[in-house]
Amino acid sequence: MLQHLIVLPIVLPLLVGAGLLLSRATSPTLRRTVSLVAQALMVAIAIALVVQAGDGTIRYYALGDWQPPFGIVLVLDRLSATMVLLSSLLGLLACLYATAGIDETGSNFHGLFLLQLMGINGAFLTGDLFNLFVFFEVLLIASYALLLHGGSKARTLSALHYVVLNLMGSAFFLIALGILYGVTGTLNMADMAVIVTTLDPGRAGLMEAGGLLLLVVFGLKAAMLPLYFWLPRAYAAASAPVAALFAIMTKVGIYSILRVYSLIFTDNAGALADLGRDWLWWAGLATLVVAMLGVLSARDLRTLVAYLVMVSVGTLLTALGMNTIEADSALLFYLIHSTLVTGGLFLLVDVVAGQRGKAGARIVRSRPLLQAGLLGGLFLIGTAAAAGLPPFSGAIGKALILASATPEQQIWLWPLLLLAGLCSLVACSRAGSSVFWRTSKAEPSGERIGVARGIATGGLISAALMLVIFAGPLANWTKATAEQLSNPAPYLESLLGKDAAPETAPPLKGDVS
Amino acid sequence: MEALYATTTGLLAACGVYLTLRGRTFPVVVGLTLLSYAVNLFLFSMGGLAMHGNPAVVGAGSPAADPLPQALVLTAIVIGFAMTAFVVILAMRARGDLGSDHVNGNRLDDSKEKEDTK
Repeated sequence: MLQHLIVLPIVLPLLVGAGLLLSRATSPTLRRTVSLVAQALMVAIAIALVVQAGDGTIRYYALGDWQPPFGIVLVLDRLSATMVLLSSLLGLLACLYATAGIDETGSNFHGLFLLQLMGINGAFLTGDLFNLFVFFEVLLIASYALLLHGGSKARTLSALHYVVLNLMGSAFFLIALGILYGVTGTLNMADMAVIVTTLDPGRAGLMEAGGLLLLVVFGLKAAMLPLYFWLPRAYAAASAPVAALFAIMTKVGIYSILRVYSLIFTDNAGALADLGRDWLWWAGLATLVVAMLGVLSARDLRTLVAYLVMVSVGTLLTALGMNTIEADSALLFYLIHSTLVTGGLFLLVDVVAGQRGKAGARIVRSRPLLQAGLLGGLFLIGTAAAAGLPPFSGAIGKALILASATPEQQIWLWPLLLLAGLCSLVACSRAGSSVFWRTSKAEPSGERIGVARGIATGGLISAALMLVIFAGPLANWTKATAEQLSNPAPYLESLLGKDAAPETAPPLKGDVS
Repeated sequence: MEALYATTTGLLAACGVYLTLRGRTFPVVVGLTLLSYAVNLFLFSMGGLAMHGNPAVVGAGSPAADPLPQALVLTAIVIGFAMTAFVVILAMRARGDLGSDHVNGNRLDDSKEKEDTK
């Protein structure tokens, strides 16, 4: 049973999600219960996976018992276990929020939600590039439907852009896969990592083209600078629980970059070593600058949070560009923090908008809030953490990233990252003071936050404090994860057997330099 | 054979990209379809173009075309088909919701319309 645990984060939501799609006539309460129970189970499975991965060995699950490199494998290491736990936690709380009523504004919310989680978990676990494409498609098609869920003009328009862009992205993904398969003759990431070390130099150019094309695709998912235009509109238009779940979608892009580039284009890859890292560094810094301007120009709380997501994407991409163990470790810490906190902020903004009548989420003078103290407090914690102020989790994440920069990198990174924090702070305090304090005389009205929504919102935003309290163990974990990533040899050994790991690595690197 | 194949793929991709960049939803959808044809052809050729080969049978021992790209193309076609159906419905819904078939939801006024058709 225990060895089948790896496949459960994919199979469980698939079965329950498909069942929920079939049984549309059942009562909402039953559907909510089934969905929440399934997601609580997924969190439990994810915790078990994290415990399993904690011993540092790399386990794989060969689907249909077709052994690698020929069959499709799911691989469990520290990174994938962490990401699965993160997505399951975020999914559970976002879904809990949706049970307060948003799930009934359209049909099939829970089924789609579970299928999207299946796609996300699959993307985190798979060890096969084409399978990664398939899981991307699964999570995308579920996200198209979820983005449109409930329906409105803004949603249709943003969904149209989102769908067309992502279809283009899928086309590029396939072209990249075709090139990589044509050059290496395999789609298994581990096998490709071995083959790339002994690649005929004449074909390195093709491999480079394929690898960089893949970077474009992942960059589109992660909202890297020239490819981010879909993000603010889509996130601002989506319903709150969907936007909260989307907070991890950009991180799927970041994860894919981290996985593919730290496994395949390593120091052993000769001329292809560290492919694309420069691009990531500069694109990350540029994303940070644009996100800064976006945060300052936001006239709506939802857009503001969407740009806060972009600030985090810019920060993560720059950290990816640094490509050291310390930077990867800091990046993972920041990734966990930013996913949970921005997810919580999307939920909070929805509650706030529900108590402000016509003004909604727009940053204008309006009636006072019903629960101004509670919501204002949560907003303060959430935005201060997102802006990177101590004593909240964002500060630790940012400090780790700042500390891991080399002196040449510091010249660029320090001013930009700190300025981004300042801009977020200015924008959030302006927004917060006009929403919570600059109120008219009207009677407060609207919907109270309630238990389910309170637990979901509070739970996600409390990550800002919990991640500080448990910063020590968590930082140790992310450091161990980054170390595991930096040394792909055990990964290759466990999948392909002892003789597969490239022992020719040092001489090859010597030849090139 | 190779030249013809490459030209066809390239032409399809070029037309697909051009149409996808148009302002109205219908050409965009057609462009995406053409692009997915080009991608499928490209993917298909990745195992190398082999003419007059035998079916790939385990143990047959005779030269055969690489079967994996064929399986990949099959998956890509199925996914592409579903996506095309979805984007067509979405485009129709956008036409209904936004009252315009422009990708930005803008209504083009008449003078602009005439310029476009010129």
